[in-house]
Amino acid sequence: MAVQSQTAAPGNSGKEETVPISVWIGPVIAAWLIPGGGHFLLKRTGRGILIFASVTLMFLFGMFMRGMMFTPESGDILTTLINYGGFVCDMATGALYFAAAMFGYSAPDMPGAGHDYGTKFLVTAGLLNILAMVDTFEIASGKKN
Amino acid sequence: MPKINLSHFEAAFLFALFTSVVMGITSKKTDNDRLRYGAYCFGCFIFFLFGIGWLMKIGHG
Repeated sequence: MAVQSQTAAPGNSGKEETVPISVWIGPVIAAWLIPGGGHFLLKRTGRGILIFASVTLMFLFGMFMRGMMFTPESGDILTTLINYGGFVCDMATGALYFAAAMFGYSAPDMPGAGHDYGTKFLVTAGLLNILAMVDTFEIASGKKN
Repeated sequence: MPKINLSHFEAAFLFALFTSVVMGITSKKTDNDRLRYGAYCFGCFIFFLFGIGWLMKIGHG
């Protein structure tokens, strides 16, 4: 599992080294599965709690507003982009998405501001968790405190 | 599962709040900077929420 490449990227001055995958893979997977989990694992408890609360509440509000979960569907380029992109973002919430799917949550795509906001909340919760995963990676690899 | 109906303003306010918290945490390096940036993002969200709201009202006549 440990791919330990210490070489610099071509074209660089040779100063920047890649970080071994074994250093950051655990916290990043924890951050994906449980929002803020990576921060908890790296002993950034305060930030972890705030991320967990924000992402989880956003996801729950999205469900309470009966937002739609995207499924990977193909069609024209825009339909494919929206459905696959939305699906990836929904999946990025990790355990929240899997729990919702396991308990059979599926709201149809209905017209209305409330449902539309709900769909956006679900997608944005995933995008925020991706931000948290990137932050976890930077902390684990020593690029950030 | 409970169902809630939020107004446009309530939904946009919550969206701004949660997004600003995470953006503040993940973007800056010190706690002070994080707090400032989170507050800045939240202020921008609310400013543009009202700004674009008024623009649409004026545009529609």
